[in-house]
Amino acid sequence: MAFVESLICRECSRTYEVAPSYFCEWCFGPLEVLYDYDAIADTISREKIAEGPPTLWRYADLLPVEASAAADLGAGFTPLVRADRLAEVLGLGELWVKNDTLNPTNSFKDRPVTVAVTKALEFGIKTVACASTGNLANAVAAHAARAGLDSYVFVPHDIERSKIVATAALGTVVAVQGNYDDVNRLCVQLNEEYPWGLVNINLRPYYAEGSKTLAFETAEQLGWQLPDHVVVPVASGALLTKIARGFDELVRVGLVDANEVRISGAQAEGCSPVATAFLEGSDDVRPQKPNTIAKSLAIGDPADGYYALREVRRSGGAVAAVTDDEIVEAIHLLARTEGILTEPAGGVTVATLAKLAREGQVTESERVVIYITGHGLKATEVIAADDPVAIPATIDGFRSEFEIKEYA
Amino acid sequence: MTATVRIPTSLRGLTKGSSEVEVPPGRVGTALDDLITKYPDLRERLIGEDGKPRRFVNIFVAEDDIRFLDGLETAVTDGQVVTILPAVAGG
Repeated sequence: MAFVESLICRECSRTYEVAPSYFCEWCFGPLEVLYDYDAIADTISREKIAEGPPTLWRYADLLPVEASAAADLGAGFTPLVRADRLAEVLGLGELWVKNDTLNPTNSFKDRPVTVAVTKALEFGIKTVACASTGNLANAVAAHAARAGLDSYVFVPHDIERSKIVATAALGTVVAVQGNYDDVNRLCVQLNEEYPWGLVNINLRPYYAEGSKTLAFETAEQLGWQLPDHVVVPVASGALLTKIARGFDELVRVGLVDANEVRISGAQAEGCSPVATAFLEGSDDVRPQKPNTIAKSLAIGDPADGYYALREVRRSGGAVAAVTDDEIVEAIHLLARTEGILTEPAGGVTVATLAKLAREGQVTESERVVIYITGHGLKATEVIAADDPVAIPATIDGFRSEFEIKEYA
Repeated sequence: MTATVRIPTSLRGLTKGSSEVEVPPGRVGTALDDLITKYPDLRERLIGEDGKPRRFVNIFVAEDDIRFLDGLETAVTDGQVVTILPAVAGG
């Protein structure tokens, strides 16, 4: 934290001391972390980062904690893979997939959570909690266990069964009758009642910073270059705004040359408040009641929707929304072309990439990176197929079902 | 005939510590006006330069966000609770 100066209101720029707090007492605007970038620039280098651990803690100088990796399960530094077969299908050129399904609890949420729980330890907090659509719950319960803290995770009652089961093994799951926005409102009220660290409420300024590391890794894995265009799934909008901030910070501390990265957002039609505002040319992100198979993106009242929209417009990107059918089709497309099985959020991202490519908003000449943020095994309901072909354990049994042209 | 406005912790310094303030039933707009008449310092905290509630102030009647209802025109009936909260964080 040598490099953290204070918290600052994103609306009115009033500053606050570093504490578990998340909104400006004056104007209610959200708080974020303010760093001393000159001091960071003096100490950070590509070499120092390369000598760091193969986790997101290699970028500790740009994270808002005192002692790095206090609550660590190895989040981050996931593969960035070149996706030529997918690119060919979509008519694109240089396409990369950031496979963030390969985190400790199989979603990108391990990134913000390792930072938030590390910060909770620093604040002396004993119990952590969150409002979650499932993936965050999983990450919070796991990191809390690792750090020796109690956890309560609040989720809508109708999320994927596998997310509830996996999380219940790690901590206390509370299934709330309502959608994510109801859960969120409940947690804002719980925050006033209990001395907890709610990772995405009173720890949110620190928590959200963890997502910047997706931008840092993207640049490092491209040989310390920024891409031309990224496509990011949008739920609260925090991931998109933090990826944008991550790219800006790398330029600011001198780790990469400037390159205007176009930032585009992906949503499901059944929950598309940001895409709707984008298409209407409005900066008023009106809340919606979500109804989509992409449950991890089903936030109808996105906290950072307004900022995500601003970032997309500033960078010359776009936001589009895709149907549930397109999402399922895209899950299969990514699986069959690149061997990566994603939950519906990744289907939203791939389908949106396809749509933007068709519309000419993503072009063949661009170096494009897409973010696949959650593993397919977390939401198998949407890809549940018929039972596989069953055969007796004989060669003839196999041949009776499959006609294979090649022989050994 | 009264309705109640619930005050978030961060604003209770401006309501002499009260967590709940009674107002006459009517609409959300009139409830806010009444609240601000009682505690004028709340005005610049809750209301932006355009005369509307600030972007990051959320208002609920019972458990429903007024943006899903009729905004400031939403009816507030006898016994109902209007809750003012900092905008959702989450995500």
